[in-house]
Amino acid sequence: MEQFLQQIASGLANGAIYACVALALVMIYVSTDHINFAQGEMAMFSTYLSWQLMTWGLSFWVAFVLAVALSFVLGVVIERAILRPLHTAPVLSIIVVFIGLLAIFNALAGAIWSYLIKEYPSPFPKGSFGIAGVIGPHQLGVVVVTLIVLTLLFVFFRYTPLGLAMRAAAQNPQMARLVGVRVDWMLALGWGLAASVGAVAGIMVAHIVYLDPNMMGGILLYAFASALVGGISNPAGAVAGGFIVGILENMVAFAGNQIEKATGVYIIGNGEKLTVALIIVIFVLTVKPAGLFGRVVVKRV
Amino acid sequence: MSDAKKWVLGLIAVALVLPLLKPVLPDVVSDYRLFLISTMIIASIAVLGLNLLTGFNGQFSLGHGAFYAVGAYTAAVLMDQLNVPYWATVPIAAIVCFIVGYLFGLPALKLEGHYLALATFALALAVPQILKYKWLEGLTGGVQGIVLPKPEVPFGLPLSEDQWLYYFCLFTMIVLFWAAANMLNSRSGRAMMAIRDQNMAAETTGIDIALYKTVTFGISAAYTGIAGALSASAIAFVAPDSFNIFLSIKFLIGLVVGGIGSLAGSVIGGIFYVLVDNSAQALSQFIKNDLGLQFDLSAYAVFGVLLIAIIYLMPMGIAGGIYLMWHKLRGAR
Repeated sequence: MEQFLQQIASGLANGAIYACVALALVMIYVSTDHINFAQGEMAMFSTYLSWQLMTWGLSFWVAFVLAVALSFVLGVVIERAILRPLHTAPVLSIIVVFIGLLAIFNALAGAIWSYLIKEYPSPFPKGSFGIAGVIGPHQLGVVVVTLIVLTLLFVFFRYTPLGLAMRAAAQNPQMARLVGVRVDWMLALGWGLAASVGAVAGIMVAHIVYLDPNMMGGILLYAFASALVGGISNPAGAVAGGFIVGILENMVAFAGNQIEKATGVYIIGNGEKLTVALIIVIFVLTVKPAGLFGRVVVKRV
Repeated sequence: MSDAKKWVLGLIAVALVLPLLKPVLPDVVSDYRLFLISTMIIASIAVLGLNLLTGFNGQFSLGHGAFYAVGAYTAAVLMDQLNVPYWATVPIAAIVCFIVGYLFGLPALKLEGHYLALATFALALAVPQILKYKWLEGLTGGVQGIVLPKPEVPFGLPLSEDQWLYYFCLFTMIVLFWAAANMLNSRSGRAMMAIRDQNMAAETTGIDIALYKTVTFGISAAYTGIAGALSASAIAFVAPDSFNIFLSIKFLIGLVVGGIGSLAGSVIGGIFYVLVDNSAQALSQFIKNDLGLQFDLSAYAVFGVLLIAIIYLMPMGIAGGIYLMWHKLRGAR
């Protein structure tokens, strides 16, 4: 039983990370209809930035805030400089540009900070809080931090004029423009926010998966699965999807473990995590493309 | 005979003679260079596979590394477990990959644009793990991979192993490109392109879209799988972690740089990515050893910048650019 609770708890912690990256993906998707394949690598790059700031002597939280702010700027710059000129380009061009960004960030991080795997500190000291035997301090800390970030975002989008303008620009760009919203800048801000949320996820997960240029590959895949499960057009759904997928991932591995213990037959374990995500992605896309909470898209022909 | 045909035949003739110049021009033609050209040929076949799907049929794939892996592993397992000769593994790998591609094409029918890219991207990310799956370990050798013998020169021909490999790859490439050119120039090929250009109009003219799309997926996977099988023979080694997402990205580079929807572009693209890959390695060595900088430059920095630059400057790729220039020059005369 204790083991089961442990698995649920670590599923929640992973889920929090997936929820953040999924939310970043959805924020870009709802406003531009693009799936950002470079989201994971951008988050990885932000995490390296925070690591660099820490090695220069800053404390964890100062580095955290600075890295998130830098990521915001980076996101805005990428949108304005690289994607804006392509807003009427065919889908393939957009996908190719995202893959290009993915390759650039990966290679840059490797070039600047080398491909050696690095330890990344946790801001939550051992034994500070958490429930003994169920959830460790870092895992609980991750859940708390992501919940704070998600709440801030919710408040921002729900209760501030700027948040309202951004939602308007995403939902109906033409009408928004008519009532005086600067739609182009709203899209860029959306990109900046997405990059920041991704950075939070990267910094939080780095202690668990260690810091290396390929650290986000698996997480990005799970974030895709989360966004799809929740409905890729629904931000709240993406967050819910993140937690669902996080717990599901651990449950599958746990069940596989139990089966192996009981019958001695190995079916599935930690080594198949990405395969599980692949199956979720393809299953949701083909069976229920709108996800659990998404809007069903009807195409007029 | 048309101009284009003359060019192609001329190039084939040059390619056929090239390895025989080794004794005459030992400085220009070496075993290593021939091996390098063989890998370019293999790359061209893989890019052609992706081009058939994306360029001619309009279905995106960011996961063609998966089919390359299936081809390579099919060949490797056949050679390793059943002692099948290397040349026989190529058609078998093609059949296996056709079936796998066809099956993947079925769910892909329901996906368009970004979503298909997403599904194939997920596939590419998951491939190394699938290859390491415990139940397959007996066949695939798990993380260690499989070490294979290099293809031997048959009939006592007076050739080196690399010369023979070159001829074997070249022969396969000519057959495959010839088949692709004929297919594209037939009713089926026109149907494929009609689906790409005007899905609905194609359907109203009676083209069975589902059938064409899935079969194209299968053929495309078979081409890329053949390239994988050849690479297993050429490198004489397969291991799961070499079939990561970046392999699929390389194919995409070849596709975009060479030219989307162009046979010649597939060749240019294949040559291109092997060249950049190799020169980036050399450059990285140079920076580290000779300049003494701690700067681990990988080819992907170049690839990434090029991908974006090409989309901005030359959306038709190098083949498209040359074509346009050729027509401008002719028009000017």
